[in-house]
Amino acid sequence: MKFAVIVFPGSNCDLDMYHAVKDELGEEAEYVWHDSTDLSGYDGILLPGGFSYGDYLRCGAIAQSSAVMDEVKKAVEAGKPVLGICNGFQILTEAGLLPGVLLRNKNLKFMCKTVGLKVENANTLFTNEYSEGQEIQIPIAHGEGNYYCDDETYEQLKQNNQIVFSYADDFNGSRNNIAGIVNERGNVLGMMPHPERAVSELIGGSDGLALFKSIVKQWREANVSHA
Amino acid sequence: MKKVKIYVTLRESVLDPQGSAVMGSLHKMDYAEVEDVRIGKYLELMISDDAHDVDALVNEMCQKLLTNTVIEDYRFEIEEAVSQ
Repeated sequence: MKFAVIVFPGSNCDLDMYHAVKDELGEEAEYVWHDSTDLSGYDGILLPGGFSYGDYLRCGAIAQSSAVMDEVKKAVEAGKPVLGICNGFQILTEAGLLPGVLLRNKNLKFMCKTVGLKVENANTLFTNEYSEGQEIQIPIAHGEGNYYCDDETYEQLKQNNQIVFSYADDFNGSRNNIAGIVNERGNVLGMMPHPERAVSELIGGSDGLALFKSIVKQWREANVSHA
Repeated sequence: MKKVKIYVTLRESVLDPQGSAVMGSLHKMDYAEVEDVRIGKYLELMISDDAHDVDALVNEMCQKLLTNTVIEDYRFEIEEAVSQ
C-alpha cells in the first residue's frame, strides 16, 4: 500500500508519520508538497501534525486553501482512507471534510503528555485492529485541541457512530471528551492525539501501530486478490 | 481604494477561555463591574477601486477563509481610503 504524507510549510510530524508507515509497517510512503496537483498514485493520504502556515488566522485555515486539498477532496470522494492527525485534523475540519472545529484548550495551555484514549468505534477502517471500549495510551501535543460542534452536529455524530476515540479524562474541554471522529462514509478520520508517536516500545509505547495496521488490513482485503 | 474593516468575534454560544482569563485578571485588579470579556480579531483589507460589489466580495472572503462560521460571527465597514 502506498501512502502520501502531505507536507505543508510548518508541518513537523511528517517525519514521524513517514517513519511509522515505512519503517514500522513496512509499507510505501512518499512526502508530497502542498502545491501538488495529483494524488492519484496513492492508496492512502496522511495529513501530519504541526503548525501549517504558522497557524496564522486560525489553525488549519490557510492550509485548507492550498492546491493539494482539492486533490485530497477527490481522494475522499474516491473512498480512499484519509487520516489527519492534530494539525491534520484541524485542516480537515477547516476544509469541511469533517464537522466541527478545534478551539483553544480550556485552560489555554499547550499540553504535551501521554493520555488514555477509549476506542468508541472499532468498526472503522482505521480501528478494526482494536476492540470496542479498549483503552489505549497515546501521546497528545496540542494547544488547540478542544473539539467543538453544535448540538445538532453532536447528535448526528452519535447517531452515525462517527465518534471513534474519546479521552479517558477531560483535560482540554472537548465536547463529550471527543478525541477523534470519522466522516459519515467512514473513510476520513481526524484525531488530536498522535498514534504515529506510539508505534514502538523503543519510543515509549506501541498502542498507535494498530491504527496503521487497520488501514493496511482493510486495503489488502479490498484490493489484493487471494491467489 | 477602499478600506474594509472586518471584526471577527466568537459566537455567543462558544466558550472564550481567553476572554475568561482576561476577565479573571480584571477582577483581581478590582474592576468588579466587568461582567464579561470576549476577545475577537480585527482585520483590515485595502481593496482596489476596480473591484465591483465590494460588499459581496468581502462576504465571500469571510465565508471562504477569513472566518469559520461554525464558531465565529463577523461584521465589516467599508470606507473610502484617503490617498497619501
